[in-house]
Amino acid sequence: MLKIKDLHASVEGKPILNGINLEVKTGEVHAIMGPNGSGKSTLASVIAGKEEYEVTKGEIILENEDIEELSAEERAHNGIFLSFQYPIEIPGVSVTNFIKTAINETRKAKGLGDMPAKDMLKMIREKSELLEIDRKFLSRSLNEGFSGGEKKRNEVFQMAMLEPKLAILDETDSGLDIDALRIVANGVNKLKSKDNAVIVITHYQRLLEYIVPDVVHVLYEGRIVKSGGKELAHELEEKGYDWIKEEVNA
Amino acid sequence: MSKYTEDDLREELKTKEYEYGFYTDIKSETFPVGLNEDVVRAISMKKEEPQWMTDWRLEAFRVWQEMEEPEWANVHYEKPDFQNISYYSAPNSKPKYDSLDEVDPELLATFAKLGISLDEQKKLSGVAMDVVVDSVSVATTFKKTLGEKGIIFCPISEAIREYPELVKKYLGTIVPQKDNFYAALNAAVFSDGSFCYIPKGVKCPMELSTYFRINQAGTGQFERTLVIADEGSYVSYLEGCTAPSRDENQLHAAVVELIALDDAEIKYSTVQNWYPGNAEGKGGVFNFVTKRGLCEKNAKISWTQVETGSAVTWKYPSCILKGDNSIGEFYSIAVTNNYQQADTGTKMIHLGNNTKSTIISKGISAGKSHNSYRGLVQVSPRAQNARNFSQCDSLLMGNDCGAHTFPYIEVKNKTAQVEHEATTSKIGEDQLFYCNQRGIDTEKAIALIVNGFSKEVLNNLPMEFAVEAQKLLEISLEGSVG
Ligand SMILES: Nc1ncnc2c1ncn2[C@@H]1O[C@H](COP(=O)(O)OP(=O)(O)OP(=O)(O)O)[C@@H](O)[C@H]1O
Ligand SMILES: [Mg+2]
Repeated sequence: MLKIKDLHASVEGKPILNGINLEVKTGEVHAIMGPNGSGKSTLASVIAGKEEYEVTKGEIILENEDIEELSAEERAHNGIFLSFQYPIEIPGVSVTNFIKTAINETRKAKGLGDMPAKDMLKMIREKSELLEIDRKFLSRSLNEGFSGGEKKRNEVFQMAMLEPKLAILDETDSGLDIDALRIVANGVNKLKSKDNAVIVITHYQRLLEYIVPDVVHVLYEGRIVKSGGKELAHELEEKGYDWIKEEVNA
Repeated sequence: MSKYTEDDLREELKTKEYEYGFYTDIKSETFPVGLNEDVVRAISMKKEEPQWMTDWRLEAFRVWQEMEEPEWANVHYEKPDFQNISYYSAPNSKPKYDSLDEVDPELLATFAKLGISLDEQKKLSGVAMDVVVDSVSVATTFKKTLGEKGIIFCPISEAIREYPELVKKYLGTIVPQKDNFYAALNAAVFSDGSFCYIPKGVKCPMELSTYFRINQAGTGQFERTLVIADEGSYVSYLEGCTAPSRDENQLHAAVVELIALDDAEIKYSTVQNWYPGNAEGKGGVFNFVTKRGLCEKNAKISWTQVETGSAVTWKYPSCILKGDNSIGEFYSIAVTNNYQQADTGTKMIHLGNNTKSTIISKGISAGKSHNSYRGLVQVSPRAQNARNFSQCDSLLMGNDCGAHTFPYIEVKNKTAQVEHEATTSKIGEDQLFYCNQRGIDTEKAIALIVNGFSKEVLNNLPMEFAVEAQKLLEISLEGSVG
């Protein structure tokens, strides 16, 4: 599904990613952990095609296609979805209107007409039930005045609506209360299939108890310095990152 | 050499004046350029107006001559040469083109985006066309429905002839001839416009001028509108057209007067899309408008405007809240792009007790444009318990445009409550990336953000107008980022 080879990226001339290698196969769940500022969100943004980040070396291949030249919206049309660590407010635009626009723009890119209103409604009903979202919530301005947890749940709702091939969840667990975490994680699991893949960025092991990763990576100073099975997450939870930093610096 | 008498001198002066001065053939369809009392008289004559109307115009003209063009607005432009304008051009003059093929393709492309039918396109761009049979019958039914309710809706020139008492009673009472430079000019030379009277207790069953919007697109540069809602009546009036109007006239100076008698309500919606000039700021219409309404007891006037056109806009739809418990509202979206300049806002004059006003202004600036809100909230010493809420939001796109807010608040009664909120925001890279990431390209993302920003105002437009206005915003801002 996704192959990243020796990826280097910088912002405003400052190098942040220093040679990332990562392969995510269809049907897999990968977790990326690592200390604050190590470059996790940057990696997510670079995969999603944020322009401010300059790829100085390496390549990103999605389903055998180098996506370097594709704009962010084209990557989205190709099935990349990013659940933002800090979702953005768009005043006056309702959640429903936003997601409707997103779906129809993606369909347009594929040469399809607008989704019939009936189908859209049905889908909204299903997905909001899956994530236990109150329908009233969907008429509110996107992310405006949403609580931290509401923002994250809304990100996953959008993911559910857009049915991406590759979903990157950047700290979707932070801000969710215990019940919400379970609901959202269940939602993600239900959306998971053998035809898509998920990258979960998180600081906490708890999420990974619900969304069980096939591989756990540790990102440090813009490099993946360690990869392992789900037990690596436990180890990190217990011991922190010092031992890894020592290993790297040794 | 023979004696040169007083009479000879007079004679010579006369011929000289004839030779170099002004001469009007009132049979011609377009007057030569220039403005003087003869021109004013000629316009009045053309319109077959009674003497009182001619005198009224002349009075205005004399006042106008003494006035100076105002300079306080935050706009910069080369002042028009008022002697270099033709003040009368007959409506229905011969078509400009024989077929659509001759019309600017860029203009046609915009029409297509707005979903305007071919027939409408022809009419709007001045292409010769046959009368559409269907529309004639629609117009007839329309007239009949209004007639049954006693509603008068006709060109103002017709009203001057047919309903002189009504016109005499109200014309110039809200916007007097000497009100301001442009209003005085309009009073002297107006040749077009609408008159509307809603009788006591009648709710006008349709949006006035919805159907006539095509016909209205061709209205002249000095429009004069007078709307009278008698006691307990209601009317929603639509003015303008979302289709771009490539008017040849550079200067537009309209006057609108609204009178809402006791318990009456007038909703007045405008979409203004005059030619804004090209991307380099060449050409474009100067739009200097005076709009004002008077509310008697328990009356309500609501102004809603979407301003996307014109090179220069100078416009302050206002409410005089004279009657107790009267309500004034102003909802505005002003978009400026490229080199456009807009100075617009409102005046809410609280005279009666328990009067309420609401101002929602949304300014969107892109390119190198400047967008100013100028508003006055005035509470007179006698007005008890006046309330005002004002909200002025500006949205900037790019770094070369400007947004300015000039709120003036004059409160002379301690019981008044006046609230003013203002925000300025920018369409951020983060917002665009968020939309892009969801598959929405930048152009569409801007449209979405702008529509969200303008929502409170769009929601106040009659439904079908709102949809068109939304598309219009999109088109006006096309290519303004990235
Ligand atoms: N636009 C930017 N301008 C300047 N520096 C940036 C920018 N974006 C990211 N950085 C820097 O790049 C580094 C990596 O940031 P990033 O957000 O990717 O970290 P992270 O691993 O997601 O951290 P956290 O766990 O706190 O979310 C940080 O030092 C950050 O300050
Ligand atoms: Mg991060």
